Amino acid sequence: MANPMVRTLLTRGVPLLLLYAVVLAGLNLGLIDDYLMATIATLCINIVLAVSLNLITGFTGQFSLGHAGFMAIGAYTTGLITIAVPTVPGFIAGLLAGGLLAALVGFLIGLPTLRLRGDYLAIATLGLAEIIRILLNNVEFTNGAAGLAGIPQMMDWNWFFILTVGSVLLIRNFLRSSHGRNAIAVREDEIAAESIGVDATRAKVLSFTVGAFFGGLAGGMYASYFYFIKPDTFGFLKSIDILVIVVLGGLGSLSGSVIAAVLLAAISTVLQQFTAVRMILYALLLVIIMVFRPQGLMGSREVSLRIVGRLFTRKPTEPDEPEATR
Amino acid sequence: MTDILRVDMLTRHFGGLAAVSNVGLRLAEGELVGLIGPNGAGKTTVFNLLTGVYPPSAGTITFSRDGRELALGGRKPDVVCRAGIGRTFQNIRLFKDLTVLENVEIALQQNHRYSLAASFFRLPPFARTEALVREESMELLALMGLAKVAGEQARNLPYGDQRHLEIARALATRPTLLLLDEPAAGMNPAETAELTGLIARLRTEFGLTILLIEHDMSLVMKICERIYVLDHGVVIASGSPGEVRANPRVIEAYLGEEV
Ligand SMILES: Nc1ncnc2c1ncn2[C@@H]1O[C@H](COP(=O)(O)OP(=O)(O)OP(=O)(O)O)[C@@H](O)[C@H]1O
Ligand SMILES: [Mg+2]
Repeated sequence: MANPMVRTLLTRGVPLLLLYAVVLAGLNLGLIDDYLMATIATLCINIVLAVSLNLITGFTGQFSLGHAGFMAIGAYTTGLITIAVPTVPGFIAGLLAGGLLAALVGFLIGLPTLRLRGDYLAIATLGLAEIIRILLNNVEFTNGAAGLAGIPQMMDWNWFFILTVGSVLLIRNFLRSSHGRNAIAVREDEIAAESIGVDATRAKVLSFTVGAFFGGLAGGMYASYFYFIKPDTFGFLKSIDILVIVVLGGLGSLSGSVIAAVLLAAISTVLQQFTAVRMILYALLLVIIMVFRPQGLMGSREVSLRIVGRLFTRKPTEPDEPEATR
Repeated sequence: MTDILRVDMLTRHFGGLAAVSNVGLRLAEGELVGLIGPNGAGKTTVFNLLTGVYPPSAGTITFSRDGRELALGGRKPDVVCRAGIGRTFQNIRLFKDLTVLENVEIALQQNHRYSLAASFFRLPPFARTEALVREESMELLALMGLAKVAGEQARNLPYGDQRHLEIARALATRPTLLLLDEPAAGMNPAETAELTGLIARLRTEFGLTILLIEHDMSLVMKICERIYVLDHGVVIASGSPGEVRANPRVIEAYLGEEV
């Protein structure tokens, strides 16, 4: 086990594969019913949404209030393409096209607004998401307000696992590269970053575009699992839901976003039995958490799967490489 | 010797205030020049104009590198930096939540790029470039006496070390002209003496031209070959330390303070 790559795979991979196997077994043994699987699906989608929004808001410091808009673009693109080509290649092409189209729209809205200092992006994204929703409500080929039904359901646990883990991993790799460090430097101090040669506009637009891509991908995952989408699913409240996960987990902590998404999924599952007061309790819990942890559950720190992984690989503890995400 | 920097009629207004007016500067390659003046004279504003933090209201900034002349007035700070001008800030602007090493790496990596795909998928150029950036950053930190604290958050460094880190970060951009804004501010006499030696050493080691803002006259008079004196946004005197010290207008500007 001298090879660090092998060790990394073991420490991080073992807990993940275990998680994969447990859910798979649960599905096969009938322990996970449709309702629970829908919760797991929502959780996976929320993780991708939160992690990609955290890239934009937590790591790059740019407030975006329209993440649901990118989700809508991805959902409709994937939906329409898989309806036309109801095969696995069609589905993969749909996901990619959805992500890329969202990225393109993100790039086009980011380029003019991110040049400016100040929170112009928040206003622009807010408007953009509304425009997308209104367009979808009124355009013929997306079936307007009635929504798009009969999307072939391609998403299953295998796909959720691959796409969710893959998205988090890719975003993490991005953040721990020179591209990600540029973005973090801009968040920390834009003038200082520029004074050492960081093209701040480029760094911000890049993060935003990458974030938009994964927002679109999450939309594709949603469309393909729930096989029915309508414009109002992707409204302002959805954008706020995602922002809540990010802030709750901690701006600038990927693991925080994942933990917060899991926590909120668990809370809303438990609260399901109190239908009448569910939303009140949910809001109350959020308020309580934010009063006691205003920096979010994780602040900007990260926990690594390695901690769990060590339990399995039983390597003597050794100093961590710095978790250099902030 | 050729001029590395030529500034003519540089002017900047803030509302009705002329923070800098008609300033002219000449820096020959390899020179170490001081920029002094009372509080609010406009020294930092000159730096901010030179580095593109603010566009000038009027005037020209010409920077030459490798025999080519670049008009820098109104260019963005990152463009100015890539042209070859590095700077530090009077009010220390480190990335406080990042490590000492990361502060330098971010500056250094601007000259060592790899593709987006390489970063997403950790392709070979990623590992190769990261290793190179880390190695060069550590070398710079060692030179500045900061190697031991490479893993510390920048905010946890003592004040003097933070100033050193600002210089290390500026050097990491591989400048030919270095602008230092009060590098000795807040230092005790021993630290200031150490810094004086360091600046002189860096200048020869990196072949730098340096423009230095400083209130500590012992430092300025000791290492600067020439000095510009600014008051109310105007250059009121320039010349060798001896000439400037004897200039009545300078003495008046400092209200009889020991210059
Ligand atoms: N962004 C700004 N907006 C408005 N006024 C400014 C701005 N920056 C500087 N000034 C004003 O310009 C004048 C020159 O300021 P500057 O910071 O350049 O002085 P300085 O010579 O660096 O002084 P010190 O020795 O105190 O650092 C001051 O009156 C200051 O208030
Ligand atoms: Mg100043």
